[in-house]
Amino acid sequence: MTDASWETLSNQAVAAAGVVYFLALMAHLVQWASLRKLPAEEVVTEGRTAMAGRLGVLLTGVAVLVHGLALVARGMAADPNRVPWGNMYEFTLSGTFVVALLYLLLLRRFDLEWMGPLVVALVLALMMLAVIWLYDPVAPLTEALYSPWLVIHVVSAVIATGAFTLGGICSVLYLLKERSTKDRGYLARVPGLTSLDRTSYRMHAFAFPVWTFAVLITGPIWAHQAWSSYWNWDPKEVWAFITWVVYAAYLHARATVGWKGRNAAYVALVGLATLWFNFIGINFFSTTSQHSYAAPASVEQRSSYDAGQVPLPVPPGPPASPSA
Amino acid sequence: MPTDMNARELLRWSWRQLTSMRTALVLLLLLALAAIPGSVVPQEDVDALAVSRWKNAHPDLTPVYERLGLFSVYDSVWFSAIYILLMISLVGCILPRSAVYWRALRARPPRAPRNLSRLPEHASYTTGEGADDVLAAAARELQRRRYRVEVREGAVSAEKGYLREAGNLLFHLSVLVVLVGFAMGGLFGFKAGVIVTVGNGFSNNPTQYDEFVPGSMFAADDMDGFSVDVEDFDITWLTEGPAKGQARSFVSHLDWATADGDSGTYDLRVNHPLAIGDTEVFLIGHGYAPVVTIEDGNGDVAYSGPTIFLPTDATFESFGVIKAPDARPDQVALEGTFYPTFALGDGFPRSVFGDAVNPLMSLFVYRGDLGLDDGGSQSVYVLDKSQATQVMQDDGQPLRLDMRPGDSVELPDGLGTVTFEGIQRWNKLQISETPGKLVALAGVVLALLGLLGSLFIRPRRVWVRAREEDGATAVDLAALDRSSGGDPERGAAELAAIMDTLRAGSGDAGTSKENS
Repeated sequence: MTDASWETLSNQAVAAAGVVYFLALMAHLVQWASLRKLPAEEVVTEGRTAMAGRLGVLLTGVAVLVHGLALVARGMAADPNRVPWGNMYEFTLSGTFVVALLYLLLLRRFDLEWMGPLVVALVLALMMLAVIWLYDPVAPLTEALYSPWLVIHVVSAVIATGAFTLGGICSVLYLLKERSTKDRGYLARVPGLTSLDRTSYRMHAFAFPVWTFAVLITGPIWAHQAWSSYWNWDPKEVWAFITWVVYAAYLHARATVGWKGRNAAYVALVGLATLWFNFIGINFFSTTSQHSYAAPASVEQRSSYDAGQVPLPVPPGPPASPSA
Repeated sequence: MPTDMNARELLRWSWRQLTSMRTALVLLLLLALAAIPGSVVPQEDVDALAVSRWKNAHPDLTPVYERLGLFSVYDSVWFSAIYILLMISLVGCILPRSAVYWRALRARPPRAPRNLSRLPEHASYTTGEGADDVLAAAARELQRRRYRVEVREGAVSAEKGYLREAGNLLFHLSVLVVLVGFAMGGLFGFKAGVIVTVGNGFSNNPTQYDEFVPGSMFAADDMDGFSVDVEDFDITWLTEGPAKGQARSFVSHLDWATADGDSGTYDLRVNHPLAIGDTEVFLIGHGYAPVVTIEDGNGDVAYSGPTIFLPTDATFESFGVIKAPDARPDQVALEGTFYPTFALGDGFPRSVFGDAVNPLMSLFVYRGDLGLDDGGSQSVYVLDKSQATQVMQDDGQPLRLDMRPGDSVELPDGLGTVTFEGIQRWNKLQISETPGKLVALAGVVLALLGLLGSLFIRPRRVWVRAREEDGATAVDLAALDRSSGGDPERGAAELAAIMDTLRAGSGDAGTSKENS
């Protein structure tokens, strides 16, 4: 297959995955709409409602497969072949893939069925966003990105982001359910507060070491190789550090001060906000973000170092002037 | 705060406040908050150019920001204050906890509570077996499950998961190690930059560098003795596809030699620095250096050689200044732009590609005092026009020389001749020594290990009590999960498994009740 046909395949697979995610969302909505009519205690394991739920999960599985195919094709379309996270579009596709995959993998272990509609809706929305606003044709990476660390560093960051996001969903649900007094409907049926709190904690406890690995080990190692300095206080690094500190505070608060439930959920959501701000926001809002990896004495290799960054052609700024 | 304290009590009170968990938490969140301005306001040591641009754009705010240290947040007093307090709080937390842990390590598992059924995880059964046999079997089973076991007063006490706290302490200690490594780099290291035209080289010495930023305790005598020559530079460009115009790869072919007599060659590329001793050399930039010869009005060569032009955008359109202060009768300077691939776009001259496909240099000419005679230092990239005058054409327009390699142009008024001999390339190399980087790395890796231990090792206590009454033996089991993120299902499963093993061992099918 030619690179062009791989690229077409990738685009078609993204569209197909989007359709299947949408069908999965519909199935989940049917399931939860009919569950609304029943008291929250009533467990439905057979009949049409349960069937719709199972169909939703099944369709999500199919969509994840197609989504994965889209990523593989995207990598094959590049010359030379590469990992499919070279720009914001690809990074968003990879990130949503990990969120959906983690949900499926953890579905049984953590009884996450209630999360189905939320995860599918989130993934679908982000995918649409990526296709509409972030789409870029397949392009070769700048040379700095051809490094094994592109795989290790970014994969760990994406896995942590996925797990933090799932944990954040639990925290949001915790806060909503805490305020809800309804005895039927969605909120009444999601797991109890203790269970939500515990699931949230365990997602965070998993994600935090992975984030540490991504941000404080592989990131600096790569930064040292590429830019000679392992920590540059660049906006992206600063925000990754802020995220780390906030989640450290979350775990610290739980372990020592005994914050559980509401307070912990608030801290977790602050962490999630910094995480996503760093992923998307910093590229658009920070004054130095466009060139955030271009220190004064840099050339184009720094411009799109980070997969999460819009790859703009960065002018090789003038070096500090030596004296005559 | 209590009001009636003497100095000693006040000190103790402050220490206790500082090292409390709540303070640590507040400091952590404060640290996150304090890091934000550095990502919004340009930073002196990240992008000095952006800082000066910002200062020009905001003359009113600049003094305020300067006073607050907002242009170098991470060296500022207030940022340092937060992390130093955090470190003190951390030490104040680790020390007593280490002592507690040391005692806990040597302590025996705690006595069984009087009423085991009150614990959250609990099960019981009766059996015909003797109480001592049950306890012995329980002790064996718990030992097999890697519990530390103690049998006393008709009950087995067992505890495991001691490594959780060890992980916790390791994590906190490692944070200090990372900080030490980080500080070592800042204090004893250096960072230097040099622009070298291809064919030339430099030796590792502060005087050879264009920029040199030593750590505050750096000793120049300790610098590794070596020299590096840039023999050749290869660059390949993408000529098609969406990233057209971007460099696909560039590599600098180096010869290096150390003072000890070692030597070798190295292909320097991005992500592949050259390490000589403790010093590393990085390729961080490249550009064009047009070779120009200026013959002055007397026919003498006043200047000849490559001049470094600095790229201003991704097409490598570059700006530079050529100064000939030795030219007579008048000093001569040229200032202008080099276009590697010249084209007229929308009526304006510009470069459309980074490679030197259709090179053209467009220069304005200046004469007069270039400001170099008083021996003061001056940037080679800036022309001091205060006492120089621009050379004009007869029609009153500024004289512009548009030259291609090989071209030679005679200047008016007997000023001399300018010849564009050819084009060389230059490389910008960064040279740095970062002591403590492995200390910092080891620190983070240890911190991660400690973190894993403190998050995933589950400290548990289990008690089994056996009482003989009415010819049967009543066995009570209970467990306490001491991890903050307990997993009740796994705990219950373990307790059930222990009970099953005990009952299977006794071959007994007595009555049981579970309550977990």
